[in-house]
Amino acid sequence: MSEETLALEVRNIVKRFPGVLANDHVNFTLRKGEVHALLGENGAGKTTLMNIIYGLYHPDEGEIYINGQKVTIDSPHDAIRLGIGMVHQHFMLVPVFTVAENLILGAEPTKGWTLDLKAAREAVIRLSEQYGLEVDPDAVVEDLPVGVQQRVEILKALYRDAKVLVLDEPTAVLTPQEVEELFVIMRQLKERGVSIIFITHKLKEVLAIADRITVMRRGRVVGTTTPSEVTEQDLATMMVGREVVLQVDKAPAKPGDVVLSVQDLEVEDERGLIAVDGVSLEVREGEILGVAGVQGNGQTELVEAITGLREIRSGKVVLGGHEAPDRNPRYLIEHGMAHIPEDRQKHGLVLSYPIADNLVLCTYYKPPFAKGLQRNEEAIEENAKRLVKEYDVRTPSIFTPARSLSGGNQQKVIVAREFSRPVKLLVANQPTRGLDVGSIEYIHKRIVEMRDQGAAVLLVSAELDEILSLADRIAVMYRGKIVAVVDADKVTRAQLGLLMAGSPAEDVLDKEAVPA
Amino acid sequence: MSTPASFANWKLFWKRWGIGLSIAAVVLAVIFYFYARSPRVTEAVLASTLRQSVPLVLGALCGLLGERAAVINIGIEGQMLMAAYVGFMVNVRTGNLLFAVLMGVLTGAVLGALLAFMSVTLKIDQIIGGTVINILAIGLTGYFYQVGLSAQGKLNPIPLGPLAKIPLIGPVLFDNPPITYASIVLVFVVHYVLFHTPWGLRTRAVGEHPRAADTLGINVYLVRYVNVIVGGALAGLAGAYLSLEAVGSFERNMTNGRGFVALAVMIFGKWTPFGAWGAALLFGFATAMQTQLQFAGKLHIPHQFIGMLPYLLTIVVLAGFVGRARPPAADGIPYEKEG
Ligand SMILES: Nc1ncnc2c1ncn2[C@@H]1O[C@H](COP(=O)(O)OP(=O)(O)OP(=O)(O)O)[C@@H](O)[C@H]1O
Ligand SMILES: [Mg+2]
Repeated sequence: MSEETLALEVRNIVKRFPGVLANDHVNFTLRKGEVHALLGENGAGKTTLMNIIYGLYHPDEGEIYINGQKVTIDSPHDAIRLGIGMVHQHFMLVPVFTVAENLILGAEPTKGWTLDLKAAREAVIRLSEQYGLEVDPDAVVEDLPVGVQQRVEILKALYRDAKVLVLDEPTAVLTPQEVEELFVIMRQLKERGVSIIFITHKLKEVLAIADRITVMRRGRVVGTTTPSEVTEQDLATMMVGREVVLQVDKAPAKPGDVVLSVQDLEVEDERGLIAVDGVSLEVREGEILGVAGVQGNGQTELVEAITGLREIRSGKVVLGGHEAPDRNPRYLIEHGMAHIPEDRQKHGLVLSYPIADNLVLCTYYKPPFAKGLQRNEEAIEENAKRLVKEYDVRTPSIFTPARSLSGGNQQKVIVAREFSRPVKLLVANQPTRGLDVGSIEYIHKRIVEMRDQGAAVLLVSAELDEILSLADRIAVMYRGKIVAVVDADKVTRAQLGLLMAGSPAEDVLDKEAVPA
Repeated sequence: MSTPASFANWKLFWKRWGIGLSIAAVVLAVIFYFYARSPRVTEAVLASTLRQSVPLVLGALCGLLGERAAVINIGIEGQMLMAAYVGFMVNVRTGNLLFAVLMGVLTGAVLGALLAFMSVTLKIDQIIGGTVINILAIGLTGYFYQVGLSAQGKLNPIPLGPLAKIPLIGPVLFDNPPITYASIVLVFVVHYVLFHTPWGLRTRAVGEHPRAADTLGINVYLVRYVNVIVGGALAGLAGAYLSLEAVGSFERNMTNGRGFVALAVMIFGKWTPFGAWGAALLFGFATAMQTQLQFAGKLHIPHQFIGMLPYLLTIVVLAGFVGRARPPAADGIPYEKEG
């Protein structure tokens, strides 16, 4: 053990933020060519530790060793020089640049003084062939689906010849198919001697790919183990510090009146192409309709149209029996709609506002949060304190800006806000993306409760497990169309997978499962 | 549903070049028509167009260098004015025109550094930072201004050999004083730097997504400093143009709002050097026409209305024909490192 040089080692890392001890004497080792999974609740300090390794944060105490040598990493520049690459939890790509431009940024090939974009393009092609990561070098990044954007992030690290690769929740935004592809890539990298730190909240993935597993809780390392020694349940318990129920338990649905009815809806995407192509669906009181589908098949646009964030080209969205006279979000919200958006940073929060204000974004203008033209600070604070406690948002204070919360805690703020109003229709797009198992358990429980209290729930998720465990009925979306609607208990994972990949419903499903 | 390929190509071609081509065609037609009718007046109008555009182009290049790196510079007016003054005074004292121009450029650069310090290091609101510079320039130049000083010469046109003899084109393009030539060259230089060098790529990245640039080891603060300082130098050159090339003396508030028009020109030019150049020429042309109309004096329109011409024409053409552009995403936002 002692002769082996470690690719990376950190000793006694301490990092404090105002009011939080984000890393509390953390020790962590990474062997050459291993995949080391890093697990932990939301706000446990995983991203903070990685940012320290990558030179974005400066530790208050502690040491970092690379190949047995003590190093100081003051900036990402140093980290890159030392062969560390990082794919960030929230992507770090310039949206208006092409793939090739993003790849070379900061390490540009030149001919004389001139940027050698041809060489950049060739580098993309070479790397993507070498690792089987297919991307078009000339595509503009903002037009690419997240899965492809992530490939670009990985290529960026490989282009800089990373020997240590940090992947911060890379699978949170991927479809099961894409996760498989990512694992293939990770195994390839391993063979080439790259050491990988892999952060995720999905225990199945950890058991599938990791060589070793380290669990963090509240800034500390709780322990290190290997997949052969533990089960999912053990890991969940280690992370959260208590037993976690991984299975959702719920009574059969008792559907009532139709709350949301979508008729022949057509919606365009940014480029003016049809994204939602003649979709009709109904969601009733007291039921959860799950929309399954590979990302980029129109789910985003469908949700945005229903929630009033996007123009409808044709068709109708009927809420509570009558067509909304006005499709603006405030009208819809006041009529009982709650929305958990897909992109929490873009559509869910005002990042620079304190948590307390984020928690009243939909209700600030009404009593008790407003007194005439003034804000009622007391009520706003009281509301924030209650929700932060109830939803276990890990934050130093209710006045902390949403920006400095960990990804999962940002998500909890949104869920807390949306669930704190009387809800007739809940539209939830990836509601548990980036959440730890404990929080997922809690939010799933709340969604089922909401259903049992008579709310209609439209749940969009790329997570098949989530759909299968929560939904009463499942609609599969493929290329902008609903290709099948089935009862959740009459369909298997495999069948759903086929439907999502575009196999015709007649071939996949038994006759009786297809509703007339 | 699908359009035939050739048709689609045409559409694409038209979308990219259509506006430029149609404007160019109209402009050329008009120029030839008038040249045929009265060559002397046409020549004068075109030459004046180019000269009017010089401070605007330089100012716009200053603005766009800053904004491409996400620093809004509304202090261009002040940078020009101060540079015009310093350049003039140096010329009065030393009689050396080249040295005077250099000092003007340096003045602009120093004020650029001041703006960068305020907005990048101190993270003061950038509009306030720019306003400080404007007020400073108006105050200082007004206070130290002395009546009756006269410059020792001014920058004269340098005809470029036989090129200057070509009818129409010669006198307009190839018989100009040095800063005018320089401004044209600089349009190409800035375009090259911004879109064809590593520095330009980094600048644009810093303006769009500074954190992403930071994670790639790019020094966001350095990029912003350098761009704002170089921009300041260009604004300084514009100031030197006014006092040492166009007029040959200094007057109170002689920039007369050109620094702000330059910002409009930058926006109409969609934050690109060539776009800005086109917009500046258009504005220069309208100004030249206005002067011409007032000289002609045959029109019975109050001169105030004629004076509006440049602004009206600019608004109509640019609002009508040039689509909306997207400013750099991080424009105006100070960058904070975390941890
Ligand atoms: N820039 C910052 N300023 C202040 N506090 C911060 C900052 N970054 C992180 N924190 C705090 O440090 C703690 C750890 O956050 P971190 O992002 O490392 O968690 P994480 O383990 O990555 O969680 P998640 O799984 O939700 O992404 C949190 O309490 C968070 O609020
Ligand atoms: Mg994190």
